Amino acid sequence: MLKDKDRIFQNLYNDLGSDIISAQKRGDWVNTKEIISKGRDWIINEVKESQLRGRGGAGFPTGLKWSFAPKEVGSRPHYLVINGDESEPGTCKDRDILRFEPHKLIEGCLIASYAVQAHVCYIYIRGEYFVDGQKLQAAIDDAYEKKLIGKNASGTGWDLDIYIHYGAGAYICGEETALLESIEGNKGQPRLKPPFPALVGLYGCPTIINNVETIAVVPTILRKGGKWFASLGREKNTGTKIFCISGNVNSPCNVEEEMNIPLKELIEVHAGGVVGGWDNLQAVIPGGSSMPLIPKEKCETLTMDFDSLVAEKSGLGTAGVVVINKDQDIIKCMARIARFYKHESCGQCTPCREGSGWMWRMLERMAKGEASKDEIEMLGDVTKQIEGHTICAFGEGSSWPVQGLLRHFKDEIKKRNKFDPIVKENKNIPYLVDQHLLDKNA
Amino acid sequence: MSLKRPAKEQPESFEFNSSSLETANKIIAKYPKGKQQSAVMALLYIAQRQNNNWIPLAAMKYIAKILDMPYIKVYEVATFYSMYNLSPVGKYLVQVCTTTPCMIRGANKLVEACKEKISENESEFSPDKNCSWMEVECLGACVNAPMMQINDEYYEDLNKEKTLEILDKILKGDTPKAGSYRGRVNNEPENNRKTLMEFKNA
Repeated sequence: MLKDKDRIFQNLYNDLGSDIISAQKRGDWVNTKEIISKGRDWIINEVKESQLRGRGGAGFPTGLKWSFAPKEVGSRPHYLVINGDESEPGTCKDRDILRFEPHKLIEGCLIASYAVQAHVCYIYIRGEYFVDGQKLQAAIDDAYEKKLIGKNASGTGWDLDIYIHYGAGAYICGEETALLESIEGNKGQPRLKPPFPALVGLYGCPTIINNVETIAVVPTILRKGGKWFASLGREKNTGTKIFCISGNVNSPCNVEEEMNIPLKELIEVHAGGVVGGWDNLQAVIPGGSSMPLIPKEKCETLTMDFDSLVAEKSGLGTAGVVVINKDQDIIKCMARIARFYKHESCGQCTPCREGSGWMWRMLERMAKGEASKDEIEMLGDVTKQIEGHTICAFGEGSSWPVQGLLRHFKDEIKKRNKFDPIVKENKNIPYLVDQHLLDKNA
Repeated sequence: MSLKRPAKEQPESFEFNSSSLETANKIIAKYPKGKQQSAVMALLYIAQRQNNNWIPLAAMKYIAKILDMPYIKVYEVATFYSMYNLSPVGKYLVQVCTTTPCMIRGANKLVEACKEKISENESEFSPDKNCSWMEVECLGACVNAPMMQINDEYYEDLNKEKTLEILDKILKGDTPKAGSYRGRVNNEPENNRKTLMEFKNA
């Protein structure tokens, strides 16, 4: 287990208070000026050395992303945008950062803004987190009052304004270009890439977009050093991560742990074990609903990091671990996820708009045992038609969980759906459209 | 994308009151000059709060005029995002999360409770016209499942009995206390905390 002193989010359960004075006692805002005075290149190199990968799902190296921002500010200003549109089923880590560790996020915003030369930072929070957003706003107001941000922020000579922008219940706005569209006051429909936001982003200006957790860990990395962060976890999958363990476990919780922690330890030690015992485990969704599920056999030895999960044809995603035990109907669970994607598709690309509904309806019928056996292959085919044929990664996100189900639970579906639409017996059925086929055989 | 239709009965006109207008101007100032369109989402929220939790078409026209943008673009935004109510909802709007993590912990029991107490079908008013309920997609409190949202507040770690109690309260016009209903603190593992022990109860 990770040692308490190596945990970044000391106030994850709000034992210590989220106000600015308690935060300063924990070490936030202590030597921000010194850190920034070391310069842009030092900050970016230190983040690169820590091998921090984005915590929003895709796992893109953060230092590299920052280095994509133009070196000189031209006629267009730079922007920093923080993605707090946490809507992935199974994930609720950013909410705790917003309400209990807001100063880690705000300080991270200042450092990141300086590193990418932005004077304005927008924090996009999903509309449902209104109360938590108000807490963040209060923390921002405190920081302004203490001159930690604003003009000459923390005495560094850098000006920074931080604004909150509330979303309004659209999952797709967690996709970075859809998020930009949303801030610009449009429907949240993703843009074609390239051009990438680092060059043409918000209002057509260079924009760096990071997840809440990514930005909130940056100040601690710079204080303790990139080497410290890189010493946790394993090569290319370094540091700590907040895992959200939900579903059929005895004590569902958020917990900060080292990357590469065994899944079994996460469930047994931190979440109090599977309801009904480990043998009652059916499957685990390891990284939020868009990642393919993993059956019990593989859960025994699985470790939780980006690369080891990719090797299992799944992914770490947002590290929202959803545990499903044998009391649940796995097909029904996946049908509900498919319904989620059908509801949230933005409607821009045809394969996703039509396909997500198609998958949902098929899975609903399969859960009831009303599908024909040919449809099982057809469902796999539909997922392949969506994946890779859409503007954004929503297509993959909606088809991967279904592919995961087909990969590991095909027998279960086959057992339930035996119905064969082609009539083999020679019967004279007056209303059968294909009667002529039968007559020919006779 | 959910199917949303504006209400049949619409008020003739809509205008921000002075406090709404003040908030709106503050929000418009957050965005660069000439990019005032960015404030459309926030202004729709303000209109919704001012107008008993729903947005009439007149409000969209009004906002379009304030932000100097085409009415159809405001309409697009209002219909795209699921949190804007285009027809009247209850003073207490109950939203039950039924996505998989909540579903496997018994969200259907919460739906049953809503059906018993409020109305048989979703998006219908309770007999006293004060409450309405609907199923929604993931609200992002999965480790506190099953849960529901009433107006701005989250009600977590529920079961059917607790839900009935909460609904009884709102039907009487009270506002029940938000947060966990199993007595746990925030997102910590119940009775099983293994981390940050030195701060516990500090």
